[in-house]
Amino acid sequence: MNRITEKKQLSSDVFRMTFEAPYIAEARKAGQFLIIQLDDNYGERIPLTIADADEAKGTITIIFQAVGKTTLSLAALEEGQAIANVLGPLGTPTHIENWGTAVCVGGGIGVAPMHPIVQAVRKAGNKVITIMGARNRELLILEEEMRRWSDEVIICTDDGSYGRKDLVTAPLKELCDAGVPHIVFAIGPPIMMKFAAETTRPYGVRTMVSLNTIMVDGTGMCGGCRVTVGNDTKFVCMDGPEFDGHLVDFDNMMSRQKAYLKQEAGARDKCGIGRRHDE
Amino acid sequence: MMSEDQRVEDTTEEHRSAEEIAREARRLWQEYGPRAAEGTLKNRDRRAIPQMAMPAQDPAERRCNQMEVPLGYTEEQARLEALRCLNCPTAPCIAGCPVAIDIPRFLLQAAAGKFQDSINTIKEASLLPAVCGRVCPQESQCMLECTVGKVAKDPMQSVAIGRVERYVADLEREEDRVEVPAVGPDTGFRVGVVGSGPAGLTVAADLRKAGHQVEIFEAFHKPGGVMIYGIPEFRLPKEIVRKEIEGLEKMGVTFHLNFLIGRTRTIEDLIRKDHFDALFIGSGAGLPKFMEIPGENLVGVFSANEYLTRANLMKAYDREHVDTPIYESRVVAVLGGGNVAMDAARMALRLGAEEVHVIYRRTRREMPARVEEVDHAHEEGIRFHFLSSPVEILGDEQGRVRAIRCQRYELGEPDDSGRRRPVPVEGDFFEMTVDTVIPSLGNVANPLIRKTTDNLETNKWGNIVVDEHNRTSLDRVYAGGDIVLGAATVILAMGEGRRAAAAITEDLRSGRWEKKG
Ligand SMILES: Cc1cc2nc3c(=O)[nH]c(=O)nc-3n(C[C@H](O)[C@H](O)[C@H](O)COP(=O)(O)OP(=O)(O)OC[C@H]3O[C@@H](n4cnc5c(N)ncnc54)[C@H](O)[C@@H]3O)c2cc1C
Ligand code: SF4
Ligand code: FES
Repeated sequence: MNRITEKKQLSSDVFRMTFEAPYIAEARKAGQFLIIQLDDNYGERIPLTIADADEAKGTITIIFQAVGKTTLSLAALEEGQAIANVLGPLGTPTHIENWGTAVCVGGGIGVAPMHPIVQAVRKAGNKVITIMGARNRELLILEEEMRRWSDEVIICTDDGSYGRKDLVTAPLKELCDAGVPHIVFAIGPPIMMKFAAETTRPYGVRTMVSLNTIMVDGTGMCGGCRVTVGNDTKFVCMDGPEFDGHLVDFDNMMSRQKAYLKQEAGARDKCGIGRRHDE
Repeated sequence: MMSEDQRVEDTTEEHRSAEEIAREARRLWQEYGPRAAEGTLKNRDRRAIPQMAMPAQDPAERRCNQMEVPLGYTEEQARLEALRCLNCPTAPCIAGCPVAIDIPRFLLQAAAGKFQDSINTIKEASLLPAVCGRVCPQESQCMLECTVGKVAKDPMQSVAIGRVERYVADLEREEDRVEVPAVGPDTGFRVGVVGSGPAGLTVAADLRKAGHQVEIFEAFHKPGGVMIYGIPEFRLPKEIVRKEIEGLEKMGVTFHLNFLIGRTRTIEDLIRKDHFDALFIGSGAGLPKFMEIPGENLVGVFSANEYLTRANLMKAYDREHVDTPIYESRVVAVLGGGNVAMDAARMALRLGAEEVHVIYRRTRREMPARVEEVDHAHEEGIRFHFLSSPVEILGDEQGRVRAIRCQRYELGEPDDSGRRRPVPVEGDFFEMTVDTVIPSLGNVANPLIRKTTDNLETNKWGNIVVDEHNRTSLDRVYAGGDIVLGAATVILAMGEGRRAAAAITEDLRSGRWEKKG
């Protein structure tokens, strides 16, 4: 199980991996994600989005950025090797209906989870306008796939090396000004999602964001993934990952995401864990 | 800083070393052993034997390590403690045991040194004696009813039934005498079990013994349920749980790990697509309760489930090897008074916190935690603040916890049950500077299976409704343990599992459900 059938490096630190997971391939829907762990005893459990699935072959595809210890080790696995633990599909699937025109905004690696959503939104009869953003041309992923499923694609890069030299919120605002979107999906770094939601708020356009918080179990058991949405506390792994961006408390979410930054940066030796009390 | 420091009344004595306790037991054994062998021990003599103290790691040492706190009886201690049993004709203790272990019989056998017979007696009724000997709330079960304690007007003075149970179970395991139970002739039926906590493991064992094929579906990457991810190593060594699981594997039970029912596959899928003849849902409670006060989503607030899972299952205490981080805490407030709260508090201490404060709305007497755990927590230096309840968690400009604000309570008039309810004292608030808050209020039912299974009847708390044979409202589907009872105990989960397994076998044999596949 979980045997890797294909691995491809998409950019300097972004990888695409396809592996065997027949149950997940069969059950997964747009908007859902996985939790993976590479070692039973010492590995951490991290959430990853599902970028694609092939039910007939029983495989799923993930796209991830190798930035932390676990994603770096994952990137080091080769075709034929297996991922030790994969749990999924997790989360509540994207609510899909025929709204009319949907604008899908994907920033950076956030284009990967957007891919199944764009497919599902289009299949439901919507017109799809996709806005894709990246720091530069080299970091842009899934352009061809997104073009296949979108009626229109707008590309933005920070350095202008491809498409518009703009933040994704610029074309989003223009579309809102023109009264185009009936619904907006925004997935990317928290700050991008926050500003996407701020952009659409004055226009009253419903804007769904997909949150990627710290997780442990992914089954609603620990509450580590919780966020403040409106006046409620929600568990991202169960109630989410998609929420109404106009209600999410992004500042609280972003500070929660940084909870372990100090430890992760290697400062763990200095903290008190395992220290003797008489030291 | 402390505005309130009501400590637990100091009932604990100076720490005594295991050697000293063992020496004393050897001396007593020389006195009582021969007479017991001759059969000349009178009830008066039995009553004169003092309760055997449980040797334990020195509090100063153990608050820095994860190793088990109670070290277990020596042979002399176990036999002396068993000799305290009066072998009452009515055996009230049996009625106090949720699975009706024949307590006087196993104690008699232990006292006579027939340890294998003794553990066999226990295993007639209980599947997990090494676990239950450690974590059962004996003082509110068998020991509550025991005559010895009744006479002393203190259940803690009863025969220490669980400690003897632990001794005979450990001895069998350590001497490698545990036999894998025989599996019955293949019935051709297949039963699926959701969850691998005590309820699921018990069902699996009993169903295998009856000859059915059994497949367990577990969400986590390791089986064992709360026994693995919740209850810490220092209270229940994981090796014990692992051995139990190994036993089930040897019996031919299949484990599907990383398999979340309701997501990877639904209950309906298991019946319609995978053709299971029957299913048992033992998915536990598994949804942490929060206080629902302002500030609960600040950085530095963790449910006990998260905190303990990181520490136990994910081994965050082993910072040399492990990838999972745990929060760096100096001053911790733990909210609640049950076993979950004691585990979280003692874990925080072991992970390096300088001060750990338990805040509880009622008083020591009402704490639902096992008495032994409260004593141990106290010995380790955990501070208790009774009759206090948090009203707000305060944060700094970075959204991290900086303090907790509490209201004082007092005991009001007794209610219908005769218990004096705590009532808030108007205007009486205090603040404590803390950097970590761990709400440890226990768990309610996780909604996933309920939400993804049509026509599965649940009550207003979300627990699955079952009949007296643990049948749910759905054909072929049974349930038991915390998902039925609400957060309860290991032994009750086990008892439910046994009852469900018996019903499943009966219903399959009688043809209540037509055979599938
Ligand atoms: C910190 C803590 C300390 C405790 N201390 C004590 C104590 O000292 N003494 C005592 O008697 N009791 C104690 N308890 C309570 C006791 O652990 C539980 O009552 C008991 O474990 C319940 O058993 P169970 O089999 O019903 O569920 P659990 O042990 O909760 O096991 C359920 C299992 O099902 C899995 N699961 C859940 N949903 C799904 C799904 N949809 N698909 C697949 N798998 C799923 C879970 O991952 C878990 O492994 C404690 C509980 C906690 C949290
Ligand atoms: S009640 Fe106590 S003394 Fe009586 S049989 Fe049970 S354990 Fe022994
Ligand atoms: S990750 Fe534990 S509840 Fe969501």
